[in-house]
Amino acid sequence: MSEQLIYELSVPGRSGTRPPKLDVPLTALPTELLRDKLPLPEVSEIDLVRHYLRLSQLNYSLDHGMYPLGSCTMKYNPKVNEAAASLPGFTGLHPRQDEATVQGALYIMYQLQEQLKEIGGFAGMTLQPAAGAHGELTGVLIMRKYQLDRGEMQRDTILVPDSAHGTNPASTHMSGLRVVEIPSDERGNVDLAALKSQLSDRVVGLMLTNPNTLGLFDENLLEIIELVHECGGLVYGDGANMNALLGIMRPGDAGIDVMHFNLHKTFSTPHGGGGPGSGPVGVAEQLVEFLPGPVVRQAISVEDEFPYYTLHTPTQSIGPVKSFWGHFGVIVRAYTYIRMLGAEGLRRTAEHAVLNANYLLRRIEGVYHVPYNRLCQHEFVVEGHFEDAPEVHALDIAKRLIDYGVHPPTNYFPLIVHEALMIEPTETESKQSVDHYAELLLKIAVEARETPELLQEAPHNAPVRRMDEIRAARQPILRYVPVDSR
Amino acid sequence: MVYVPHTEAERREMLAVIGVESMEELFQDIPAAHRYPQLELPEPLSEMEVMQELQELSAASLNANEAPTFLGAGAYRHWVPSVVNHIIGRSEFATAYTPYQPEISQGTLQAIFEYQSLICDLTGMEVANASHYDGATAAAEAVIQAVSASRMKRKKIIVSPYVNPQYRQVIHTYTQGMGLEIAGEATSGALAELVQLVDKQTACLIVQSPNFLGELESLEGLAAEVHARNKKTLLAVATNPLSLGLFTPPGAYGADIVMGEGQPLGLGLNFGGPYLGFYATREKYKRNLAGRLVGQTVDKEGQRGYVLTLSTREQHIRRERATSNICTNQGLMALAAAIYLSTLGKQGLRQVAELNYQKAHYAAQQIDALEAFSVLTTKPFFNEFVVQCPAPAAEINEFLLNGWMFDIIGGYDLSKDYPDRQNQMLLAVTEMNTRTEIDDLVHALAGFEAHRILGGDHE
Repeated sequence: MSEQLIYELSVPGRSGTRPPKLDVPLTALPTELLRDKLPLPEVSEIDLVRHYLRLSQLNYSLDHGMYPLGSCTMKYNPKVNEAAASLPGFTGLHPRQDEATVQGALYIMYQLQEQLKEIGGFAGMTLQPAAGAHGELTGVLIMRKYQLDRGEMQRDTILVPDSAHGTNPASTHMSGLRVVEIPSDERGNVDLAALKSQLSDRVVGLMLTNPNTLGLFDENLLEIIELVHECGGLVYGDGANMNALLGIMRPGDAGIDVMHFNLHKTFSTPHGGGGPGSGPVGVAEQLVEFLPGPVVRQAISVEDEFPYYTLHTPTQSIGPVKSFWGHFGVIVRAYTYIRMLGAEGLRRTAEHAVLNANYLLRRIEGVYHVPYNRLCQHEFVVEGHFEDAPEVHALDIAKRLIDYGVHPPTNYFPLIVHEALMIEPTETESKQSVDHYAELLLKIAVEARETPELLQEAPHNAPVRRMDEIRAARQPILRYVPVDSR
Repeated sequence: MVYVPHTEAERREMLAVIGVESMEELFQDIPAAHRYPQLELPEPLSEMEVMQELQELSAASLNANEAPTFLGAGAYRHWVPSVVNHIIGRSEFATAYTPYQPEISQGTLQAIFEYQSLICDLTGMEVANASHYDGATAAAEAVIQAVSASRMKRKKIIVSPYVNPQYRQVIHTYTQGMGLEIAGEATSGALAELVQLVDKQTACLIVQSPNFLGELESLEGLAAEVHARNKKTLLAVATNPLSLGLFTPPGAYGADIVMGEGQPLGLGLNFGGPYLGFYATREKYKRNLAGRLVGQTVDKEGQRGYVLTLSTREQHIRRERATSNICTNQGLMALAAAIYLSTLGKQGLRQVAELNYQKAHYAAQQIDALEAFSVLTTKPFFNEFVVQCPAPAAEINEFLLNGWMFDIIGGYDLSKDYPDRQNQMLLAVTEMNTRTEIDDLVHALAGFEAHRILGGDHE
């Protein structure tokens, strides 16, 4: 099953649209600047719609079924979020309109800032970052500038545990800082001795993913934070795993100084096949003035005593990290979600996310090796490898799950687990759905011994068979080139 | 419970399998002093109540689609064909993750491959990535690409003062820890003057065309001049992709990087986001490129298909040595742009671009004919131009919005970014502005003159 490229559907002279007629007198075009050819496809509207409909049918999505990608929090995306974000008074606003004409939008941004501060235990919040990794970059730049502004010029190092997201070291490097990796101990916590050996007055801060990518809550969290603070460093919390903590613990209360949220994970906004996301960053009191600008402030207008909302740039801001004020369309969706759930709904969200993960873990442990076998948080990691079926790998298990009509877990991450399968069911999956997934994993474990080729050859019934990724990397074809010009 | 399907009986059964008595026991690793905080949040609402509240909030703002709007400055009001939002709203696209499992993500992968191809064709470049967050971050990534291509040896970048001020600010933010010298912003912006700054240390020169004032820069020969001064200096050009429906693309002038804000390609205004950073470069730089790339390959039976590729550049493998930290990008927005470009196609894009050009020129001529207003733009322009006004732009905008017979959303006050441009307004005209709207704006501006002469200032 494959679909032609839109270029291959092109017929010269067709168009999918009819622009309006010109209703003003003609001005001569600057002929020396005009382009000679524009090789875009020419298709009718119906051909275009069918093309994209057929493409859509080659995708598996969250609305098809369980999508337990560890670290990605693929929870159900409520449809009311979409209805809210489509309202004309949101979609039609120009970001540079006069503040007085966009009060409805600024109100939502202000409220979401306040709600996220409350949920995370922070004193300040920016909604500007566009995604999780963008929030990380923002956070590292804030920590760096804070240290510089208090005269700690020698601080050039960020400590990153090996159980952290790969974006943490990458974000650090982009900020011009040095990365020092801290190993994990045998229980999956940050190795305290290793941490202590690296603490010095060169440390800007520590980037901690907690719960970490093993799905484990660090048992020494408070001690780690205290150690880093004692040496003058700050602690960054990677909030990608916040779904485990909603209403359970506020990271700011535990002493986390900076944290990004992923609205497209924890707060149910759709991932869009790779974005748009949104990565708000919360900070403790001493960092509020370093936030990227602008943030929304509430003022009481003198005339009528109604709250009035303005955009304000913090005094020691690191500067804006993108155009305008953030992914407003995503912000509306997250706001809607929090309004639907309230405090109790958020807490029950985290509880059931953790319930589903632990339940699934118990259903498959023994059959799958669990390298760090403790109570997990919203996700857990098993080894996708069996000693008595050495030729079967995590990738084969993942591909076999596709044959059974569900999405595989994250595989080969985190790097510290051999043949990792990282599973995050999320709270929106029912017990039946989790049971079904467990049964498939158990069945595949049997197949791995009895008919390993079934796994190695999988998937068998997806739109395409296993792809030749080596060829794609060795002989990259990154765009369509018409046959006659190859 | 909203969005949590578990019944009480199921919960008990699941807790028993886990071997704990209560939900709270699941959280025993969490420091007891911090466990179960009381969150002060508004009470939950039903879907009906939430939508009622949001409808009120939606109505509390002035929708730029319902008023004659002449505001641009980096975000533009264009017609979005109905098919765009219809298709990107489909669950199969909207609720999928980044396509890590290619066998069940061919829809997303092929759509991005088509998007990359369309961006290459539009910009005249050879390789495009799967997107950056927006035009400003794409500009910052151009700097990072240029500097890292030199292995951090060339640490000077030159930026025209007429690159969108937000792009320039984000370049400063992104590179604050990299020890770069950023030159050019204090110049007149004349290309000849910028080229003179190129030296041995220069990683890149960034210009924008149409620039922030709407003018088309004269890119002919620029790449050769830059490369003559330092053959390793990259020329990066930010552009408005819609203008490329009409004008020679930067790629044809020898640019090394072409990027910018993709919002004009079928994305609504949405109060500033989500938008789309499009980004294209030369074949020889494909391994320095940041962000996701989709490549064509075959499956084990030889059938054509698509995968994420060249991922050894990326952070999940390279960690701190990655070309960038990008993970989530603007997938759905790239899809929207691809649908937009395919819907309009070769002829439609040119027609829409020409409408923008013609209407902007008509508006400029009419405004220039007014006694108290004059158009300062002398170079060819696309859909924006600069007007010298008899009063601060903020005062005129206030009159257009509140002092005229109906709401008009005026232009951008250039003094915000360029202190020597007092009383100057950047006006944007697109295909959405009918002749009637333009004539109304001209009447209103004439009305502003009359209002001043009659002493309306005392208000």
